[in-house]
Amino acid sequence: MERANATTRPDTPSPPRPTDAGQGEVRAAVASEAKARLVTEGISVHYGATLGVRDVSLTFRDKTVTALIGPSGCGKTTFLRSLNRMHDLSRGVKVTGRAVLDGTDIYASGVDPVTIRRRIGMVFQKPTPFPTMSIYDNVVAGLKLVGIRDRRLLDEVAERSLRQAALWDEVKDRLKAPAAGISGGQQQRLSIARALAVEADVLLMDEPTSSLDPQSTMRIEELIHQLKDDVTIIIVTHNMQQAARVSDYTAFFYEGNLIEVSDTNTMFTNPREQRTNDYITGRFG
Amino acid sequence: MQRSATSAIIRAPTKAIYRRLGDNAFQTVVVGLGITIMLLAVVLAWVLLRDGWEPLRIFGFLGFLTGTTWDPVQNDYGTWPFIVGTLITSIAGLALSFFPALGVAIFTAEYAPRWLASIIDTIVDLLAAIPSVVVGIWGIFVLVPFLQNNVYLPIYFWTFEQAPQLLPILGPPAGYNLVTATIVLALMIVPYTAALARDSIRLVPRSQREAARALGATRWEVMRMAVIPYARGGIVAGAILSFGRAIGETMAVAMLVGNSNTLPFTLFGPAATMPSVIVNEFREAVENLHLASLMTVGFYLFLISLVVNLIAAWMQRRYTVGGRAL
Repeated sequence: MERANATTRPDTPSPPRPTDAGQGEVRAAVASEAKARLVTEGISVHYGATLGVRDVSLTFRDKTVTALIGPSGCGKTTFLRSLNRMHDLSRGVKVTGRAVLDGTDIYASGVDPVTIRRRIGMVFQKPTPFPTMSIYDNVVAGLKLVGIRDRRLLDEVAERSLRQAALWDEVKDRLKAPAAGISGGQQQRLSIARALAVEADVLLMDEPTSSLDPQSTMRIEELIHQLKDDVTIIIVTHNMQQAARVSDYTAFFYEGNLIEVSDTNTMFTNPREQRTNDYITGRFG
Repeated sequence: MQRSATSAIIRAPTKAIYRRLGDNAFQTVVVGLGITIMLLAVVLAWVLLRDGWEPLRIFGFLGFLTGTTWDPVQNDYGTWPFIVGTLITSIAGLALSFFPALGVAIFTAEYAPRWLASIIDTIVDLLAAIPSVVVGIWGIFVLVPFLQNNVYLPIYFWTFEQAPQLLPILGPPAGYNLVTATIVLALMIVPYTAALARDSIRLVPRSQREAARALGATRWEVMRMAVIPYARGGIVAGAILSFGRAIGETMAVAMLVGNSNTLPFTLFGPAATMPSVIVNEFREAVENLHLASLMTVGFYLFLISLVVNLIAAWMQRRYTVGGRAL
């Protein structure tokens, strides 16, 4: 706990200091002028009596991609799910600490998790289209929830989101076809389009390519590069090459602790911690 | 040494023969039992058709189906009144019970804390286990007097004074009638619809709920957009199987429907269904043609149940999401 704190300290701004550039030497090199979009302060996740994630403080900057890496069971997914209050659904899971999105703590009392989840979208390990809906209805599902019925607006958003997700050209002629009928890779991009349609600012991705073939994986990775212009992306991956390819920052988790975070280049060439080095060189995990 | 031990295990000659015999015996038994079940259904249909052949020969397949007279004295038989009674009570019973049952299913599967859900599940399952003759007795001693005093008579008197043109639809308030039978049927099929809907709701993958949640759906919206559409195959199939059960339900309906064989049926007047006429008249049928006609009613009932079950199976396959590639 002490150790984790010590290593993460350089990246932990004291509460809202959004445009702070003095983030310590690891940060100075890369995009330090980007403003902080989402800042966690001492997030811990308890499963009953066990501690799944211990006191993690991280800053996610606007229009960047942060990869969370670490061996199975290290708490990276658990941490990710705390960022849009997904743990609210599970019995016996308790989250402590703060997660500040543009100045608002999403765990503060009076904050509606439903609104939070509209701003922080999520893409899961396995593609999750709603199988009884058409492709089109899947994309606009989030908009229909809030009562938007205007056909023109829905059409517009559907097209824009599908274009953003690099799926438009493949499905534009069969928008009314069932979403279950397209390939796994397409379904995953559809899930991304659906998350983008509600104009989320932050996109959480939980191993989004782990159930896809290499071709589809490549497409999703290209997509992540493009999406960076619009949203802040936080991606959990157990594939270190993927982390190196897609992310600007990388955070290494081990046994529920955040061990180290730095810009991706530094992380993979010159990690500070011995354990990080051991993990990325394949000595364990 | 090592090697000979290994090859002894691989050969194990005597044992292998026994194992193969055991496998064959098992297969024979299983296939045999399966064929027996199918044969039973076929023999049942054949016996019904054979013993009910005479009325079909006299009145014709369609003539018996659509004949509106059932008169043992004149030896004139048609099954239409009972088909009408059966369909009205079953359809209305299903309509009455579907949404409450779905509500129970959603509540126990999604909302109730685990201890409460298990209590409700047990009660629902127990409801299905009550013998229908017991339900019938309860209907005679509790439900009918209650409805008679609090519903049928007040409505009848009100209509008598305010809207006498509706009286032919209402009929004499007998207490034992279509409405009573429908209510009891609805109560009896709630457990089936609820249990099947509950199971299919519980089978909806967690990822579907989370996907809806992640879009900012509230709890009810998660149900509406993700869970219920995903579970619709099981829900619809459950409703149709319950409908099939309502069609065949005999004892409770026979005790409460009033048993009048003549159309037109009225809401508050006595009526009859296919099972109720069979159970009521079988002991008294002295004429061969009367007995055969009851058999023929049974044959038609068999056909209707068969069709309903086939539709249920088809609907389930057509609408079940998990069955498709996903």
